[in-house]
Amino acid sequence: MLELRSLTAGYDRRAPVVRDVNLTVAPGESVGLLGPSGCGKSTLARVAALLHRPDRGQVVIDGEPAHGWRHRAPRSQRTAFGVVFQQPRLAADPRLTLTQLIAEPLRATGRAAEVTDRVRELARTVGLGEDLLGRRPHEVSDGQLQRACLARALVLRPRWLICDEMTAMLDASTTAALVTAVENYRADSGAGLLAVGHDKVLLERWCDRTVHWDELTRA
Amino acid sequence: MTGPSTGTDAVTGPSTEADAVTDPSASEAAAGVEAASDAAAAAGGAAPDAVPVLSVRGLSVRFRMRGGAHVAAVTDARFELAAGECLALVGESGCGKSVLASALLGLLPENAETAGSAFLADGTDLLTADERTLARTVRGRRVGLVPQSPAAHLTPVRTVRSQLEETLRELTGVRRPELRKAGEAAAERAAFPLGHLDRYPHELSGGLAQRAATALALIGDAPLLLADEPTTGLDRELVDRTVDELRRHVGDDRALLMITHDLAAAERIADRVAVMYASRIVEIADAADFFGEPGPRHPYARGLLNALPEREFTPIPGMPPELSALPEGCAFAARCERADEACRSVPALPLSGAACHHPVAPALEAPRA
Ligand code: SF4
Repeated sequence: MLELRSLTAGYDRRAPVVRDVNLTVAPGESVGLLGPSGCGKSTLARVAALLHRPDRGQVVIDGEPAHGWRHRAPRSQRTAFGVVFQQPRLAADPRLTLTQLIAEPLRATGRAAEVTDRVRELARTVGLGEDLLGRRPHEVSDGQLQRACLARALVLRPRWLICDEMTAMLDASTTAALVTAVENYRADSGAGLLAVGHDKVLLERWCDRTVHWDELTRA
Repeated sequence: MTGPSTGTDAVTGPSTEADAVTDPSASEAAAGVEAASDAAAAAGGAAPDAVPVLSVRGLSVRFRMRGGAHVAAVTDARFELAAGECLALVGESGCGKSVLASALLGLLPENAETAGSAFLADGTDLLTADERTLARTVRGRRVGLVPQSPAAHLTPVRTVRSQLEETLRELTGVRRPELRKAGEAAAERAAFPLGHLDRYPHELSGGLAQRAATALALIGDAPLLLADEPTTGLDRELVDRTVDELRRHVGDDRALLMITHDLAAAERIADRVAVMYASRIVEIADAADFFGEPGPRHPYARGLLNALPEREFTPIPGMPPELSALPEGCAFAARCERADEACRSVPALPLSGAACHHPVAPALEAPRA
């Protein structure tokens, strides 16, 4: 269970963009969070993934309340999450090859030995040709880079996936391919999903249920 | 997709010099102004009696890469745009559509080579005009650009008001004290709220930044509007509003070329749709036929539409070929279930229809999901 309890968060304590929000994602469940851009849903996604410290409230991951955020989060909690953002170019270190990019979390957790096998396997999962793996971000398209970012998010086999506008920049076929890759992973691993976005048609097709930002903040 | 200035489309390899030279329509470019009016008759645009606002023939763009390799970003594009018409050029990131837009604006990087022609109604060939002509008489005045990322297009250190006023001064010669009013009128035209005029671009929401950029693009009253992914990152409602506004600005006298990967936005605004794949336009069709019945005829276009979440939501298997390593023959063959021997030669694009040896016949139409 991923529980967001009475979360208030933002970048200025006097003007939080997330106010007293409650949201629960059951194990294996996929929840779509719909809202207009700039409403604060991305901030909520960052809090849920332990990337941004809330001003108030709690994130409870499988019964354990989170105590730290970013690098202060305990590794076991940090690695419970795989996160994919809207803009792969902002999320990917331009100096790394796609292989290094995908493998980064493995190296960071002392599992470098698994790199070759895992990267090859994940490249297949996300539909990335092996010939692309040696390239750097500027040598691939947005769609290809986003596939690599998804592979990186999956590399530690997270129990929770947070996708923040993962496909907003992508064409229809690449969107369908990435969503299919996420769903295959979830079917295989039982991971839960919080997909944040503004595309109602997409999220309703993709997720078990969708909630609108207004419903969360009105409560 | 990333803009051409960052060269994402351009990063990889080859094609041959011969592409451009043997292209039959390339030689027609030499015919100059007449080609523009010929083209109107030949291609049967919306108004065959009028000279099209834009007439593109045999347009190819290649990038020379280090080590002598080439990237064929646009190959033999041909289309026209009549006054009052919106053409949506759709395709996935890296297919060459943004490079095509850059070519029309004369904004290609140094290592680009072009062939073919792109005539405005007044006879200006956008491909051969020099930078001075483009800067002084074309960009903003004859071709208005609604940019992909307005936030990046607007000058960060100046307010929206000062940018509108400067563009007005440049393009229309309005001077103080009328300038202030003219600036506000320009803002209103694009539904930009006057209360936000003294803000800086970073203080604007995505929607307002888009309107500010649209207001700038409209100032010169250019007959051709070129919108490069104008709805990227916007919410659906904002997408609808943005394209409706663009449509309204087109009116009866202008033409709009909208480059987009957003099929819903294309459906909402376009009279005709051109689908680009691996540097070529592979289908041009009436938008109502394309999005409704009988649907796309090119297998790629059909797959792209079927990938939509409101349709089958199934991806096209595989990925497009690299523009640096395009296969011989139809570039879609490796992903196409209809491919056979015939597909080893590049299928020609008819004036309306699909560049395919085995187009999907209307009779085989599957019911729309
Ligand atoms: S030409 Fe052949 S390979 Fe290409 S799209 Fe048509 S049927 Fe498929």
